Amino acid sequence: MSSPVLSMHGVEKSFGLFRALGPVDLDLMPQERLGIIGPNGAGKTTLINCITGVLKPDSGSVEFEGADITAQPSFKRARLGISRTFQIPQPFRGMTVTENLLVPLDYLHGTTNKHRRAAEVLDSVGLSARAAHPSEDLSQLELRKLELARALVGNPKVLIADEAMAGLSEAEIDEVLAILMRLNQQGVAVIMIEHIMHAVMRFSQRIVCFEMGQLIASGTAEEVTRDPKVQKVYFGEQAHH
Amino acid sequence: MTRNSKIFLAAALAVLLVGLLAPHVLKNPFYFFAGYVILQYVVIATGWNILGGYAGYINFGAAGFFGAGAYASAFLFNTFDIPLWGGLVAACLIGALLGVLMGYLTLRIQGVYFAIATLGLVIILETIIHNIPALGGARGIVVYGPPPPAWAAGPSQYMFFLMLLIAVASVSLARWMQISWVGRGLRAVRASENAAECSGVPTLRLKLLACAASGAVLAAAGAPYPFYTSFVEPVTVFSLLIGLNAIAMPLIGGTRTWLGPVIGALLLASTQQIATITISSELNILFVGIVLIAFVALAPNGILGLVARRSRETPR
Amino acid sequence: MTTLDILLNVLVSGVLFGSIYAVVALGLAITFGILHIPNIAHPALVIMGGYFVVQANRFGIDPLIAATLGIVPFYLLGMLLYTFYANTFERRGRAEVLQSLTLFFGLSLVIEIFLVLVFGSELQSVSAPYIGTSLKLGQITIPGRLLVPALLGPVTIGLLWLYFKYTNSGTAIRAVAHDERALSIAGLDPAAVKRRAFGLATATAVIGGAALVLIGPIDPFGGRFQIGRVFAIVVLAGMGSIPGTLVVAIMLGIAESLVSSYLNPAWSPGVAFAILLAALALRPQGLFGAAR
Repeated sequence: MSSPVLSMHGVEKSFGLFRALGPVDLDLMPQERLGIIGPNGAGKTTLINCITGVLKPDSGSVEFEGADITAQPSFKRARLGISRTFQIPQPFRGMTVTENLLVPLDYLHGTTNKHRRAAEVLDSVGLSARAAHPSEDLSQLELRKLELARALVGNPKVLIADEAMAGLSEAEIDEVLAILMRLNQQGVAVIMIEHIMHAVMRFSQRIVCFEMGQLIASGTAEEVTRDPKVQKVYFGEQAHH
Repeated sequence: MTRNSKIFLAAALAVLLVGLLAPHVLKNPFYFFAGYVILQYVVIATGWNILGGYAGYINFGAAGFFGAGAYASAFLFNTFDIPLWGGLVAACLIGALLGVLMGYLTLRIQGVYFAIATLGLVIILETIIHNIPALGGARGIVVYGPPPPAWAAGPSQYMFFLMLLIAVASVSLARWMQISWVGRGLRAVRASENAAECSGVPTLRLKLLACAASGAVLAAAGAPYPFYTSFVEPVTVFSLLIGLNAIAMPLIGGTRTWLGPVIGALLLASTQQIATITISSELNILFVGIVLIAFVALAPNGILGLVARRSRETPR
Repeated sequence: MTTLDILLNVLVSGVLFGSIYAVVALGLAITFGILHIPNIAHPALVIMGGYFVVQANRFGIDPLIAATLGIVPFYLLGMLLYTFYANTFERRGRAEVLQSLTLFFGLSLVIEIFLVLVFGSELQSVSAPYIGTSLKLGQITIPGRLLVPALLGPVTIGLLWLYFKYTNSGTAIRAVAHDERALSIAGLDPAAVKRRAFGLATATAVIGGAALVLIGPIDPFGGRFQIGRVFAIVVLAGMGSIPGTLVVAIMLGIAESLVSSYLNPAWSPGVAFAILLAALALRPQGLFGAAR
């Protein structure tokens, strides 16, 4: 059995008196497809922010390929191969679609032919026709695709897709899922955070569920949906409405 | 080197050559005296735009950097006989240092607060200079510069050529920063600091670099000033008009590219030179104020923005 | 005089100056603190208010009455300015900081030059019976030219505070800062509320102008020296807190007074900015914790 590409040990984060996360232990294996579910405010975003370095955990450690990266700033983690998309797409406004991809290519590591690599990735997500357009002209689906393209252009080892399908139609969801699946087959471990249940169930090999900052269940899609704690979170919630 | 860079290099060399030959055609030194001020503003606008235009951090304190540069070269010359080029290097270093200090502010504060803090920088520097007797306090210091070298047609022509060199160097630096990885990174920071950082951009380092470069260029604009007027005093080198022009010129020309501030400075500074001579300096400021308001209200992307829109709207 | 007496005098003049700064900063506490419009032209508007009072004083009108007369025209002027601002930016969707700061920067220059062209650049002053007098309390001397304008501080701020707290239109202004949508659901037009708030802020400029011109002569460019001070006060007071404005202004007045008496008067212009920079570096959200 191989060793995890990313692992968290006892990671905790509080904002004032409110403990948003933890303590959490979580491993991600190479080429794994991990789904993270849980209601709003369960600590999913805090978790990603601790992985990507936007937030520093109050205690615990984050390891990447066996090395402790808890103290590393975001840009260094990105260079190691941890990549993410944002829940609300954050394109680099004022730049064309191609230029958006050139930013990570400039800064991640020495890619020899940046323009060719950018074109290749745009082709793979189906954005080639928009390459020269300003990023602010894109549609919702195209923005989601740009987020993905920018996250994967630098050949990451781990990709975190933070609600990459919110606001998309069924056909568009299928399109994004296909892109993520193809990427995973190329060797990238993917963490998918998603409220669209059927998508995350279909995609993930393993699913973990968070509630009030704690990891309450872990297993296959079937196991997790049958877990009484998960049912309480989801169906209990519905019963209140 | 790309084709555009070759054209740019050729144009830069041509500009320098014209500047060198101009005194043989134009005999009236006044043109050079006025031209110096216009070029000085090209440098100031270019320097301001590196931080303000590319990275979107508004510096109201351009005059602080300009003044620091002017005082550095005047002090070094008067006290240690260090010639102007030495003062220029020192001014760049001091400007870069002040820029880095200002850059650390960007860690904690943004937007309006950053802009106001930079305004504070000018007031604090001015207050400090006022209180240092070695720098002449409120009275200022007189600088008796050396006579211009033999090849120059006169002091005004010499200072003009010197400022032209600084301007060409500054514009080249600004252009390089814009088209290289630096500019792309800064624009990414401007659009979304978080997304930039997650794309591998070392945002703080990059902002510090932009602050240092911007500060160095702004201070370089001030370094020759004591030799140009033979006199520095706090009121003129820390003048609000410098800070105003530093913002107005890029805004009028367009802040996205290196060319915008150059166009804005050439237009606005020449108009100001004519206005100061023919009308009055008050009307000059009034003019800048009104032009500024008009551009903010009607053409927020400057002249280059207007041109770009025009060319997009005309059917091909 | 003993050292204690000197200290007392210094403290008293700090409090007096601070109260005056509060009136000058009040308009910005509304525009910047509540509406989040970075109106750096406010100090120039205050000077313009001062000129209004000077002109009225030429006809023998007492500066305080002149300021009261000026409230309505300045209120209307403020509404006009806001309309221009809103047409320029809010319709465009979002007001970029650079653009709006630059707009007000340009506006303050236009105001200054307007004053120079109409009234010349020499100093202007007013006359009133209480200007030459002074009040003696033991070893403490309070000159009338400071006491009267200093009283304008607590009075104006008190009235404004009552207005914000107890009237519907005042509450609406406070509400507009928090939630525009709730306001429009309640049947109020947010733009109209903001226009009124901006008018009110500009109306305080004429009172601030009266206070400044009572202390001593003013010239068209006097506003520049106030920019740092008023922003320091508004930011430190915690964005939009009206009583906080008075408290912080008095603290700043005392600090400046101490610096200029015990160190050197030439250092005092830097005091406000030094405090502001330190505060921004340590607590960017302001002393009382409003967001950036």
